[in-house]
Amino acid sequence: MTGEVTIIDPGFFSTIQDEGRIGFSKYGVPRSGAMDTTSYQFANSLLGNTPNVACIEWVFKPPTLEFNDTALICITGGEVDIFLNDQKVKMYHQIAVKKNDIITMSFCKKGVYGYVGIKDGFLSLKVLRSSSFLNPVTQTSSLKKNDKIAFSITDHVGKQFSSLSVTSSVDESKELKVFKGVEFDNLSKEQKSNLFSSQFTISKTLNRMAIQLEEKLPNILPVIITSPVLPGTVQLTPSGSLIVLMRDCQTTGGYPRVLQLSEDAINCIAQKRTGEKFRFRLAE
Amino acid sequence: MKFELQYKQYSERTILINWPSQVDEKILDDLLSFKKNIETNHGKSIVEVISSYNSLLVCYISAIENIYDSVLDLKSLYVTRSKSERLANRLWKIPVCYATSMAADLQQFSIEKSLTIDQVIALHSATIYTVYFIGFLPGFLYLGGLDDKLYLPRKSTPTLKVKKGSVAIGGNQTGIYPIDSPGGWHVIGSCPLSFFDPKFDTPCFAKPGDKIQFLSIDKNKYNDIGARVLEGAYELESILL
Repeated sequence: MTGEVTIIDPGFFSTIQDEGRIGFSKYGVPRSGAMDTTSYQFANSLLGNTPNVACIEWVFKPPTLEFNDTALICITGGEVDIFLNDQKVKMYHQIAVKKNDIITMSFCKKGVYGYVGIKDGFLSLKVLRSSSFLNPVTQTSSLKKNDKIAFSITDHVGKQFSSLSVTSSVDESKELKVFKGVEFDNLSKEQKSNLFSSQFTISKTLNRMAIQLEEKLPNILPVIITSPVLPGTVQLTPSGSLIVLMRDCQTTGGYPRVLQLSEDAINCIAQKRTGEKFRFRLAE
Repeated sequence: MKFELQYKQYSERTILINWPSQVDEKILDDLLSFKKNIETNHGKSIVEVISSYNSLLVCYISAIENIYDSVLDLKSLYVTRSKSERLANRLWKIPVCYATSMAADLQQFSIEKSLTIDQVIALHSATIYTVYFIGFLPGFLYLGGLDDKLYLPRKSTPTLKVKKGSVAIGGNQTGIYPIDSPGGWHVIGSCPLSFFDPKFDTPCFAKPGDKIQFLSIDKNKYNDIGARVLEGAYELESILL
C-alpha cells in the first residue's frame, strides 16, 4: 500500500537524493547524491531505514508537504523550525503524520542543505539505479508545485531505531581536512604555503556542481590533459580561481587538481554559506 | 610495450594511475588492457575503474586501509595484464548531415580555414577516429585523430545552447554533443543518433578503444534515420575489429 506526499510549495530548489549513481562515471554520468551525506544518513538511520533510500533534499528554503496517509518522517541538516499543521515539532526526531497533515518549515537558519526522510524512503523513479535528480539523466531537475511522490504506508510504531540523540549533524568546523591533489607538486613553494596559511571565503557562485572560492591564487600552471575528477577535487583555473567540485560535477576536467577534500570536508563545505571563512588543513 | 606508471592515492577510496601525459594509442591500448585485468580480478573490492587519455582512477567500495598493499596489488595486475587479448572493439558508422541548415557554424568555419565546405566534409568524414574515453557530459566521446587541417581554436564566447546531436570541432578535437549543453565548439554537422540513453544500464553504445567513422548523409536521410531512432527501429551499422 502506498500513500502520496504532495508538494504544496517546492521551496527554492528541492530534489530527491540518495547515495547517487555509483558505477556510471565511465559513461560521463555525474555521481550526484546528497550534498551533506552525514545529515542524509542521519535522516535514514533515525527512521531505521536501509542506508541508500531516497530523501527530499532542500536548499535554504524548505518545501511544504501534504500527506494523504500515515507516515513516519524525520528532518535533518540545516537548522529549521518545523510545524506539523500548527504544532511545533523537533528536528532529529521521528514525526508521525496522518492523512491531510501538512509539514511547513521556516527558512533555513543555519547551514544550507536539509533532508526529509520517510520510513522506507520515497518511492521515486530510479534511473541508472538511483533516484537522485539530475537533468537530463532524469527528466526533472527539481520538485515542482503539486508534484506527488509515493511512499510506503507505515503504522505509527513509536520505535526508536537508535539511541542517537543529536540536535545537529551539520559540521561547523572552520578547518577542512584535505589531501594533496594530483598536480599539487607542480605548485610553487609560495603557492603551496598560501594554500595552508590563508583563510578562504565561500563566494556567491555555489550550487550542486561546484563551490567557487573568493580568494585567488596567482597561477601560472598550464591546463592539464583532460583527466578524471571527483566531488571534493579543488581545481585551479588559469585566472587563479579555486573551484571545489561538488556532487553533480562532471567526471573529467582539464584544470590542475591542487587539493582533494576528505569525505568529511565535502559534507562540511556543503553546509557553508556565501561569506563563511575556513582554512585547509593538510592530512597527516 | 611497458610504461613507467605513477600510482597516487587520490582520495580515501580512490587510487589514480598515470601514464605519460600524452594522447597516444599505445597508451590507450596499455591502459585498457590493465583496466580489464583490474576489473576481472578485483571486481569485488572496486566500484569501477574510470579511464581518460592517460589515467585510470580505481574506485574502491570502502576506504583504502593500506595504500602500499593496494598499490602492490595493482602493480602485480599490471604485470599480468594480457596484451594480446582482444577487447572486442567495434568500428561504428555514424551518419552526419553536413547541410548548412543543420550546421550553424559550417560556413564560417570553412571561411576561417580557407577551405570549401565540400573539403571540410571530405576531411572530417575521411578519418577513422579512436574513442579514448567518455567524459565531460553523459555519453560525450573523446575522439582522437582529427586532421590537423581542421584544427580551429574554440569560440571566445561559448554558445548558450548547443543542440543534442551537434557534431563540432574545438581546437584539435572533434565530438558529438550527446545532450543539449552550453559549448564553445564550432558546429559543422548534425547526427540523428542518440549517444546516451539512461533507460539502459549500459547507456552508451560506444566504449573506449572503439573506432568511429562519420558518413555524410543528406537531410532526407537524416529525417528518416531520426524517425527510426525514435521508434527504436534503427539498426546502427558497426564492424567488429
